[in-house]
Parts: sequence; C-alpha cells; structure tokens
Amino acid sequence: MSIDPKPNRQPEIGAFFQRDRSWHPPAYTPGYKTSVLRSPQKALLSLDTTISEITGPVFGHGMLGELDNDLIHNFAKPGESAIGERIIVYGRVLDERGKGVPGVLLEFWQANAGGRYRHKKEGYIAALDPNFGGCGRTITGEDGSYAFRTIKPGPYPWPNGVNDWRPAHIHFSVFGHGFAQRLITQMYFEGDPLIWLCPIVRTIPDRAAVETLIAALDMQSTIPMDACAYKFDIVLRGRRSSVFENRLEGN
Amino acid sequence: MVQSLNRLRESPSQTAGPYVHIGLTPNFCGIAGVFEKDLGTEMVNDKTKGERITVRARVLDGTGTPLKDALIEIWQADAAGLYNSPTEIRGAADPNFTGWGRMPTDMVSGECLFETIKPGRVPYKPGLLMAPHITFWIVARGINLGLQTRMYFADEEQANAEDPVLARIEHRSRVPTLIASRQDDVYVFDIHLQGDNETVFFDV
Repeated sequence: MSIDPKPNRQPEIGAFFQRDRSWHPPAYTPGYKTSVLRSPQKALLSLDTTISEITGPVFGHGMLGELDNDLIHNFAKPGESAIGERIIVYGRVLDERGKGVPGVLLEFWQANAGGRYRHKKEGYIAALDPNFGGCGRTITGEDGSYAFRTIKPGPYPWPNGVNDWRPAHIHFSVFGHGFAQRLITQMYFEGDPLIWLCPIVRTIPDRAAVETLIAALDMQSTIPMDACAYKFDIVLRGRRSSVFENRLEGN
Repeated sequence: MVQSLNRLRESPSQTAGPYVHIGLTPNFCGIAGVFEKDLGTEMVNDKTKGERITVRARVLDGTGTPLKDALIEIWQADAAGLYNSPTEIRGAADPNFTGWGRMPTDMVSGECLFETIKPGRVPYKPGLLMAPHITFWIVARGINLGLQTRMYFADEEQANAEDPVLARIEHRSRVPTLIASRQDDVYVFDIHLQGDNETVFFDV
C-alpha cells in the first residue's frame, strides 16, 4: 500500500456524522433467512468516532493494473472478450455534504451475463463464461468520479424462499478516508421488476433509500454501437469541521 | 421555511453476500491473473517495528457455528501508536507497516490469521489514552451492514482497566467479549454474532 502525499491539501480530520441506522437495513431481517442467526440481538454501543475510526487506509493509483477497471477484458484471453450486454458504469463518490471524495478505492464484483458467479461454492446451472472473471477496481479522481466497463450481470436464483431470484446487481465495496466510512452495497439497474420482489433489497425499510441504489440508464453517456451507460453515485458519511473540537495532538 | 441543510444521505448498505471473495480476495477463490495478489494479506515486512503477533479470528453465528464465508478487515496503529493514514496528524507512522489487513475466513475451519504487530496506545480525548486495540470490520452473507468491533489484549490488564471505551460498557460481564486471550504469540479472538457471549458491537 502506498499513500499519495497530496501536500497542498490539508486533510480533514473531523469526526464523522453519526450513521442513520433507520435508513440502513437493520441486522435482523427474517425475510432474508441467513440474517436470522447472523444478527446481533443486543444493542450496539454508541460512540462518537475516535481517531481509530477517523483514520483509515488510503491507496495510491500505483496499485492499479491497466485493465483493473475493464471487466470485459481483464480475465479474457488475448483478442477475446466477455459475452453479454456491454455497459459502462460511472458516477461519483460523494459524502453527505455533497463533496466529491477523491482518491478512494472502489472494488466491484458480479455474476456473468447468465447470472453465474466464478466461485468454488457456486453451483448454478448457467454456464461460466471463459472470458469473464467478475472482479474489478478503480480509484476515484479529484472530484470523486469513477468509471468502469463491464457486461450487465444476469439475475440468478438463490436458496432463500422456494423461488427467489436476485435482480441483476453489481456489488460495490468503498473505502473513504476514514475506517468509519467503510461501506459495502449493491447497485441495481433501472426498470428491473425483480428489484421490488427481492428479500435482500427489502431489508432496506424505506423505498426512497432503495431508489438511491438503482442506477439510471444514461443514453447521453453511451458509446454508440459499443456500450450502454448507467450512472451510479455513492454517498459516504460526511464529517464535522474539527475547528472547534479538542485537538488530538499533544496528548 | 428555513434554509436547507443540503445534505445527502449515506448510501444504504447491503450484504456482501457469499461471493464477496470474487471482488475482495479473488486469488483466494481461484480467480488468478486479474490482480497480482489479494489486498491486505501482507501488513508487515522485515523492517516493521514492534512485537510480531498473530491474531487468530473466527466469527460464530447464533448456533455457535463458525462462518466459513465471512470477510474481516482490521485497522490498527503502529507500535508507536500512529496510524498510517493521511488523516493522522500527530506524526509519521512506520512506513513499513500498513495498519490495514483483510482476510477471508477459511472455507473449512472458519479461521483466519492476521500476521501483524501489537499496536501502541492512541488518544481518546485530551488527557485520555485508549488501551492497545485493533478495530475490526466484519461482513458476510446474512450481515446487512458491516459490524464494527474492537479486539483488546488480555495481557494489557492495566491499560484495559483505564480504557475509556471499555469503561462505557454498562454490563461488565460483556467486557471480556472484546479481549483476546493469548496462547504463545497468538491472540485468539472469537466474535460471537448473537447469544449468551454476544460480542459487543459498536455504532461508531
């Protein structure tokens, strides 16, 4: 891991806004069966963020390979490419104050066009695509923007209810500048009727919150005769100004 | 009407799912050749300062069964109590220590091992130090929002007794759920998601 020095930018060191846990899914959501035995039953211990969560790892662009943000090609044999609907996913990582969050690592993973994951534990009958791995990553630019190219994943069935199908989705893992901003979520696609049936989507209590996870089709950003585009912005926790807070140094 | 605060709302979390490895530790699940190596597997090198330790962690569900599809990330200070982060303003951390580690739990045993160093103490608020600790973030199938907890060290009794975060735990019988026992150079930390020994998780 290397750290970009960025000497001209003062790092922000304030504590993070508290998380609105009524907006996030609760831990215990019995419609999503696995959550039943994996959800804490006791109350969380609340703390204002300490230096242990205000700080966090930051990754330099030097770690990225040339094809890390191109899932159509990063697992494909030379001269070949993954099969499926070619798309560009782009957007910005912002914080709750609306500021772009620069220099943060985004990682994403997904099934192939038929809904099959490349994973030892996955046994769905849809075929693997020999040219598709399903993982990628990138680092946001100065304004928090990011983009990657992939194929649109297919829906797939999963053993929850007798006949539950996940909507097409891409998993996102996002860092930030502090460990308290660490977030994993899923991106869904505009217009997919499976979204509103899905027990995992429905772990989120508020329909408006679900809508923030649905990427918009953006025909202005498509590449004609090549790839459609979807816009997906991600919002991380904001942080307070530290001007009036007790300073951590000098202890 | 008053002025708008113009705040956005944090993107809601969703579970990492059972195939989290594809994105975060692809080499571990057999996807070779995309990323050279899985991120977060090497926290130390030959020059890292501090006492070498191994942390052996498991995550157990409400029946006591270890999760075989969890992913754990840890974040900690270096031996001098400095974080390797741009938001660390107290000084420069050990450049040979990342402070951040990521490991999937083993698909058979449910264990994962972090090769790291014992962290120094860091401040809480002016005049108060926290005991040495490692911050944990746990995601898995069935966990809708990453769980945050801390691991403290059983052989730091004095520091643990002064720790302002441990002091906040009302039910004192729950404090030991955050304290890893020591077996030789290995600290053993079992995280219980629910039940009698449920680990203390934080909203922080």
